[in-house]
Amino acid sequence: MRIGLVCPYAWDAPGGVRSHVADLAQTLIARGHEVSVLAPIDESDDVPEWIVDGGNPVSVPYNGSVAKLSFGVKATGRVRRWIRDGNFDVLHVHEPLAPSLSLLACWVGRGPIVATWHSSSERSRMLSASFYIAQTAMEKVTARIAVSEDARRFLVGHLGGDAVLIPNGVRVSDFVTDERLEAFDSSRPSMVFLGRMDEPRKGLDVLVAALPAIVERVPNVQVVIVGPGDVEEQRDSLDPSVRDNVVYLGRVSDADKARAFASADVYVAPHTGGESFGIVLAEAMAASTAVLASDLPAFRSVLADGAAGRLFPTGDSAALAAAAVDLLINSDARAELVEAGRVRVMDFDWDHVVDDVLAVYDSVTVNGEHVTEDLRGQLVGRLMGRS
Amino acid sequence: MAWPWIVLIAFVIVLFGLYLSMTAGRLDRLHQRIDTSALGLDALLLRRSAVALELATSGVMDPASAIVVAEAAHAARTAGERGDLARASAESALTQALVIALEEPEELALIRDTESGTELLAELDAACRRVELGRRFLNDAVRACRAVRRQFLVRALRLAGYAPWPQTWEMDDTVPVGLVER
Repeated sequence: MRIGLVCPYAWDAPGGVRSHVADLAQTLIARGHEVSVLAPIDESDDVPEWIVDGGNPVSVPYNGSVAKLSFGVKATGRVRRWIRDGNFDVLHVHEPLAPSLSLLACWVGRGPIVATWHSSSERSRMLSASFYIAQTAMEKVTARIAVSEDARRFLVGHLGGDAVLIPNGVRVSDFVTDERLEAFDSSRPSMVFLGRMDEPRKGLDVLVAALPAIVERVPNVQVVIVGPGDVEEQRDSLDPSVRDNVVYLGRVSDADKARAFASADVYVAPHTGGESFGIVLAEAMAASTAVLASDLPAFRSVLADGAAGRLFPTGDSAALAAAAVDLLINSDARAELVEAGRVRVMDFDWDHVVDDVLAVYDSVTVNGEHVTEDLRGQLVGRLMGRS
Repeated sequence: MAWPWIVLIAFVIVLFGLYLSMTAGRLDRLHQRIDTSALGLDALLLRRSAVALELATSGVMDPASAIVVAEAAHAARTAGERGDLARASAESALTQALVIALEEPEELALIRDTESGTELLAELDAACRRVELGRRFLNDAVRACRAVRRQFLVRALRLAGYAPWPQTWEMDDTVPVGLVER
């Protein structure tokens, strides 16, 4: 099958949607499909050959933060050419309401179009005027997918209608590693935290408040904090009794992230909100680490109601401490969670998830119709002609 | 009347015309989406009944269950001549026949004993799932189209022309459990 994927956000900026598109593309290619990804690209070096430049990304405020998007007449022309040359069986756009390439692709394309919604209600609020503008493009979407229950609720609430729920995937094999990070002392029990230190929703404060109680029971515990932030300031906020137990690694590569998970006995996810899926838990499970997480709805569902990882009440440091101590000293309980996690994570493996995506492609392409350029009622398109 | 007024009125009329033509374009697109989705669902349903028929006639099921499935599949394949309602109810009957015939773990184990049986079950599972998806996408298109057609101006000016009021496709599309071992 010839598949055209569109990513609205700049390819060089790390982010959930970007990695979703990259993983999906790679999995589809591995299955023998022909895939072309259209994305905004800054410097055209070091991108895989299956990526097509959709135009220079521009940083604009969108959705409460700054996003790197591509739009305008030039970008529209590139999308048009890409669709014309691609002769795709199916066009799959991601985050179609972002004012970027995805929306443009819906606008200039016709035929089997699939759209995947990523963000959920909390973060994305759109003016009704913008909705009206986007409506024409949206109405051409044949099949809609939501990656989480939250994203689906947002979509149904704002646009009406329905969407198929297909969760995010994890490339499980990327996280299976025997390598260990030197920062971890393998003779000591260890915990790892991952995320921006200054982002309150990642919940580092909840973990910090729990540390004295944990160190009191497990004095040789190692707590490794991975992620960007001000180390000095963070270290000052620690209780003096625990300072020697904490190590900071700063920002790490994806490969080192897998190694950090694999090196630790327990991964702690004390998030207090803002997570619509909890992909990081699945990554930790893939790396065979016992997971201890706050009981946000997204986390609860990823961990199969606690069967594949230990849950504690969100924001409750005392409960976190008690559960962490139990896991750190009880290697049998840990092994049990690791095993359950390894089984559970296969549900999120891209190799499995892609079957559901392909089923959607199948059901919209059954007529044998191709994706073509839509010139109906589009003065701009006709004027720009066959440039 | 002063010139500015004439210009303003002309401007408003042009805007109104543009709005109408845009809405008519939207309606056209939505009807087209319904038509392609309906064609797609038709193909998916035919594929499902074909696989069900093949499963029933390949000798991997017990004869009684095979007859139940074969009869239902045949009925579904021929009901189209008697209209959409008859078709939908025959397709629902096929769903129920499949669910009931493939409910017993022993029956599934019997079918899985043969290699072709395992393959057919996987094919049937895929076909049923795609019917479920196809129906969802069709009904979604119908809902979007109805929302536009309910607008006052669209009704008053008959922008939808003679296009019939779009109908959702109602049927039982339950996917039988356990067709594929994971």
